[in-house]
Amino acid sequence: MYKRYLASPYILWSAIFIIVPLILIAYFSLETETAEGVAFTLNSYKRFFDPLYMNILIKSINLALITTIVCLLTAYPLAMILNEKEMSNKTMILILIILPMWMNSLMRTYAWMILLENKGILNSILEYLGLPTGQFLYGDGAIVFGMIYNFFPFMVLPIYNALAKIDPTLIEASYDLGANKVQTFQRVILPLSMPGVITGILMVFMPSLTTFMVTRLLGGGQVVLIGNIIEEQFTRTNDWGFGSALSVILMLIILITIRLMGKNETLGRGGGIV
Amino acid sequence: MKRFLFPAVLTTILMTGCGGEEKQVVKVFNWGDYIDPQTNMLFTEETGIDVLYEEYPTNEEMYAKISGGNARYDVLVPSDYMIEKLIKEDMLAEIDVNDLENYKFIDKDFKSLPFDPEDKYSVPYSWGTMGIIYNTTMIEDDIDEWADLWNPEYAKKMFMYDSERESLMVALKKLGYSMNSTDPLELEEAKQELIAQKPLVLAYVVDEGKGKMINEEAAMMVAWAGDADLMISENPDLKYVLPKEGTNLFVDAMVVPKNAENYDNALAYINFMTRPDIAAMNMSYLGYSTPSTAARQLLPEEMRDSEVAYPDPIPFETMEMFVDPSEVADVYSRIWTEVKASTGE
Repeated sequence: MYKRYLASPYILWSAIFIIVPLILIAYFSLETETAEGVAFTLNSYKRFFDPLYMNILIKSINLALITTIVCLLTAYPLAMILNEKEMSNKTMILILIILPMWMNSLMRTYAWMILLENKGILNSILEYLGLPTGQFLYGDGAIVFGMIYNFFPFMVLPIYNALAKIDPTLIEASYDLGANKVQTFQRVILPLSMPGVITGILMVFMPSLTTFMVTRLLGGGQVVLIGNIIEEQFTRTNDWGFGSALSVILMLIILITIRLMGKNETLGRGGGIV
Repeated sequence: MKRFLFPAVLTTILMTGCGGEEKQVVKVFNWGDYIDPQTNMLFTEETGIDVLYEEYPTNEEMYAKISGGNARYDVLVPSDYMIEKLIKEDMLAEIDVNDLENYKFIDKDFKSLPFDPEDKYSVPYSWGTMGIIYNTTMIEDDIDEWADLWNPEYAKKMFMYDSERESLMVALKKLGYSMNSTDPLELEEAKQELIAQKPLVLAYVVDEGKGKMINEEAAMMVAWAGDADLMISENPDLKYVLPKEGTNLFVDAMVVPKNAENYDNALAYINFMTRPDIAAMNMSYLGYSTPSTAARQLLPEEMRDSEVAYPDPIPFETMEMFVDPSEVADVYSRIWTEVKASTGE
């Protein structure tokens, strides 16, 4: 069929840039160099089950979860407001949400660093106004803040998409049948928007779990997350085996998350990727 | 090992696509922002050899790239311990320094260094020290030892270097041990020192630390001499000291990999970069120290007489160079992870 030929560039692309690298990562995570040559062992995986690395992973999951929950709780109401028919400057607000994504996230994170430093712009303003200044950078709080800021649009947009796709007659029917606003939200709007919510959660949770740039710049290197450990194996310690094993473990965690979230998803339509 | 067979094949396909006329080239792989670009242009002007120039951020990333085997360069500029590792792994071509007309300008202090005792592989490019830079308006006492970085009076006013090698060096020297220690007990002690220091540290920084020190975000920081000179020129309240417990001396040197395709051009390039006028031009751009007195004499006055770049006398007897850490790399990495994961109690 000729549609299949149209898909071939994409298939080739994903083979070269997704499948092959995945195979390489799996290969590196298993190989060990010994005196006799290359051997396949699970040593790199065994190393992970050290309380040191387990604790770092737990901490990373914790911070990623906080980020995801805060994003969800703030993005859902915003998406609902955007979906209101009477909203006149809807496009404007959508552009404002998307606009920062046109800029490299590293630059935006640097900008926050300059704003929040002890001698930064925010503290200078506070000092000028005679208000107490504080230390905003260099810790868990700054990391979570940076991640929320960077990944917030990934939560708003899918939820907004899912809400926009809901057939308004279903909501009217709900009111006609005697449901009040809360009941309509609980029984109609929320279930129908779940695909967007799940996509949003995954799109925020995954990058939050693996970030290393925010940790270094806003966290001041005071906190180490699993993404930093992986980066270090490739750029400094030159231990590709351990770095690859950690990457595989993270991928498994993310795959399991997707499966779990997908299971709860019974409607399977509108705005979602799962 | 055929780690990179696939990328290698791909690169070959891409490269054969754009072959063509024979043009004399030299492929140089150097640290990021570690050359006056004009020197490369002058080299091409004088010799007709084009310089294909690429950069790397750390010794380790340079190693990762060249050890794959598909990236071939003619000249590299690694640091001491990395050169030792490359020699050990038989990855460097020998250089007959007597063939290099300008080699005589290199000071004898920088010849026969521990990483290349017979001067068979490397020609020094630049050198420097690591010390403490501090703000004299924010700290009134004289800072002169690594132990000052453990003084609770300066809590949350100091930056440490975000790298296991440099941080362990500081802790080991503070304890009076060698910075190349592999003794598990000494390393354990150094780890405990770094964990104890953590609550005092405002942040662990690398390059972003320079701007922060200039803006007085912190009062002191562990820094390289070349960076220190740059920071002092932006903020004259800053002062650089070599701690009395002793510190690290690094030498970056030019070497030729064994698989270089343009060996003769590489030698011509190394010779050119060693010529006093070129070396002086290059170092006045870099801010690091030149291993050639002849070149130093040609530097602008404030650089030539800089106490930061050229301590007088250079305390060679208290300084140490890093050695190849391959054998203890995983121990170092684990220690650093433990320090970074600790909450400092």
